[in-house]
Amino acid sequence: MKKEKSEFTAALLGNPNSGKTTLFNSLTGATAYVGNWPGVTVEKRSGEFRFKKGGSAEIVDLPGIYSLSPYSPEEEIARSYIIDSRPDVVIDVVDCTNLERNLYLTTQVLETDVPVVIALNMTDALKKEGKAIDASRLSKVLGARVVAISALKGEGLDELMAAAKEAAKEKRKGSSVLPSSDELKEALSIYSSDESEVSSPLFHSIKALERDELEKKANPHLCEKVEKLVEGSGIDYETWIADERYKFIERECSPCLEGKRESEREKLSFSDKVDRVLTNRWAGIPIFVAILFIVFHIVFSEDFLYLSYTGAIQGTFAEGTMWEGLFYADGAIMSPGVIMANFVNCLTGGLTEVVGNWISDPSLVPLRGFICDGILGGLFAVIGFLPQILFLFFFFSILEDSGYMARVAFIFDRIFRRFGLSGRSLLPMIMGFGCSVPAIMNTRTLNGDKERIKTIRVIPFFSCMAKAPILSAVAGTLSADFGWAASDLVALSVYLLGILVAIISVVLMHLTTQREAVPPFVMELPSYHLPQPRALAIHIYDKAKHFFKKAFTIIFLTTIAIWVLSHFSWDYTYLENNQINVSILSDIGRLIQPLFTPLGFGSQLGTAWGWAFAVTAITGLIAKENVIMTMAYLGAAILQIEEFGGSDAEAVGAVVEAITLSGGVVSSGALFAFIMFNVLTVPCFAAVATARSELPSGKIGPTLLFWLLVSYLGGTAFYLMIDWPWTIAIVVALLAAAFAGAFFYDRRKSASEKERA
Amino acid sequence: MHLDELKVGETAFVEKIEGEGRVRRRLLDMGITPGAEIYLRKKAPLGDPIEITLRGYELTLRKTEAKAVSVVKR
Repeated sequence: MKKEKSEFTAALLGNPNSGKTTLFNSLTGATAYVGNWPGVTVEKRSGEFRFKKGGSAEIVDLPGIYSLSPYSPEEEIARSYIIDSRPDVVIDVVDCTNLERNLYLTTQVLETDVPVVIALNMTDALKKEGKAIDASRLSKVLGARVVAISALKGEGLDELMAAAKEAAKEKRKGSSVLPSSDELKEALSIYSSDESEVSSPLFHSIKALERDELEKKANPHLCEKVEKLVEGSGIDYETWIADERYKFIERECSPCLEGKRESEREKLSFSDKVDRVLTNRWAGIPIFVAILFIVFHIVFSEDFLYLSYTGAIQGTFAEGTMWEGLFYADGAIMSPGVIMANFVNCLTGGLTEVVGNWISDPSLVPLRGFICDGILGGLFAVIGFLPQILFLFFFFSILEDSGYMARVAFIFDRIFRRFGLSGRSLLPMIMGFGCSVPAIMNTRTLNGDKERIKTIRVIPFFSCMAKAPILSAVAGTLSADFGWAASDLVALSVYLLGILVAIISVVLMHLTTQREAVPPFVMELPSYHLPQPRALAIHIYDKAKHFFKKAFTIIFLTTIAIWVLSHFSWDYTYLENNQINVSILSDIGRLIQPLFTPLGFGSQLGTAWGWAFAVTAITGLIAKENVIMTMAYLGAAILQIEEFGGSDAEAVGAVVEAITLSGGVVSSGALFAFIMFNVLTVPCFAAVATARSELPSGKIGPTLLFWLLVSYLGGTAFYLMIDWPWTIAIVVALLAAAFAGAFFYDRRKSASEKERA
Repeated sequence: MHLDELKVGETAFVEKIEGEGRVRRRLLDMGITPGAEIYLRKKAPLGDPIEITLRGYELTLRKTEAKAVSVVKR
């Protein structure tokens, strides 16, 4: 189908939670396209609206904003798009259940020369409150077309777009609701008489009166003139303008609402009742923990209903059927998330087998290996991640869309402020315990670049589900061979130490490279509402597409590369899985082995098998599951058997034993350092690819370096502290010195900044 | 008095916004303008930030930011 050219471009502008995105989805349907605004990591969504009588319009969804004064990078985008790119018409989405604050933005956009159509959204919700709104009266008051719609039910959309089409044809001059004043008139004449011919002079002159930062940058010499004007008048124009806008709305627009008007304290809606429980002084935090537990349980638990403890279904289901392992195993029913993941793995596994049988000729073994393990392995590694990533993302989208996430930020802000973050960064961090990929994606909800950088960098320290086998296997070896306490205690301490390292890192970054004033926290708490299935579906679809686009190539290529390295020797002979010890990869392992000496699993392990840990560190870059899988290959190679049949911990044990027998020294400190290294180091390629697309440009390099540095230093510290406990004093002293150094650096920096100001 | 001194359940009217810069701009944009009616709905479980109702919606801000808003109790 040939893409027809759109007749005009309409930009959707409105407050966050005004239903703008729902409207966008209803207007554009399947034509929606997600991209990025140039230069920033903010989503740009555009799509097409097709008129019933033929023809179409391009719809651009702008970031939700409260005012055309910049506050975050997102708000700057919305403003510069309207002012500089000049769409043919702006559709201003107004939530009429929250009329005053929504119209505040309207009064600003009306000051530009761009045609405006006002979409009065949520008229159905208003009706439920027993109120109605007089659209034609509002239209007269504001001097713009007003169309009542319900984005959710798809009502009034054709009328809205017809009005937009009409408006787009017109030429419009900006108009202001502000009462006339001498300074206003003079500022406007400064702007309109200037030979540089600023477009939308009314808008710019009012911004200049407000001493707007962006305006000062855009038209410095005009701003200077206006500033003199303001100084002469003695009026605080910033307050005056905001005040007059709201006064106008109260006086002229609010009466358009028909029905009872309650005072602020009388309103106790559904939302307030829910809020009484969810942000309750005592119950708020426990409820949050419970919700998190339930989400993680549904996505990741292999014993969904805790039946394995009761033995209720032990032996009830025929064992050995194809359903075992898919839905249940070991007397336990799996959670929906695990079942979905199993299902996908079952499909991909079956497919690999079919292809494998197809290329069954013995002479084609290397080819079969390359296609099945290399290419399909790479392809399915990407797909295999998806079910649980998307499932987790689905739940967190529900929490976000329902309005609960804003409350979480409200509850926990106090704690996070101390570390230079706001309560909003809690959620992505917690998501990290599930999977770093959706966690990093979710940092989009954070306000500033620096807060985003700090949060993304520490997300891997919240040990994800794929790292759990490393924890349990190595901890199992630690307790079996070294007499450590129960392996679950070791695993728990790893989780806690990960959090500790995250806190230390955030504080140090906040004092040195990522210094910023604690970001302000002035945030709307939107009313609770049920998330829309359609919006959720679009959300998830977007994320899946995004993940595929960003992560596919990198995961695919690296999987193939590592497969080739581990299945060929230097003379191009093909090797089986259990011949990994003569592969190119093993030589790379031998080469980098000495690097890990300070961490306890380097040169001291000897040359025979000592490179094993170094090799797993490399394969772990693809996916952390590979660390233990490689251990099993190594175990098979050591025992000279085709496949290692024992448990994960036994595989690690076999490797440790082989190293010890050949004269290497494996200490318990080294094993623990190995766990910590894997938790703290560069996460899997999927997470790296996601981080690259979410971080501001140029920040992925320093971030990779940061991960390498933290894991190297952290691993070294844990190795030393466990094997030579007296070194705890040194580590603590160095840490204290680092804090002191960072603290003084910060003090000096802020002193010199103050001086300059 | 200032907004951060208000007790839960009390209502007050905004007198003026002190301070300067982006936070002040934001407070004004969110509708905290002279004469606006503010009802202090609740405090977060850890005592800070606070949640207020104004112009028919809920807004949360930290006490440090609320300090810049001078109010008169009804």
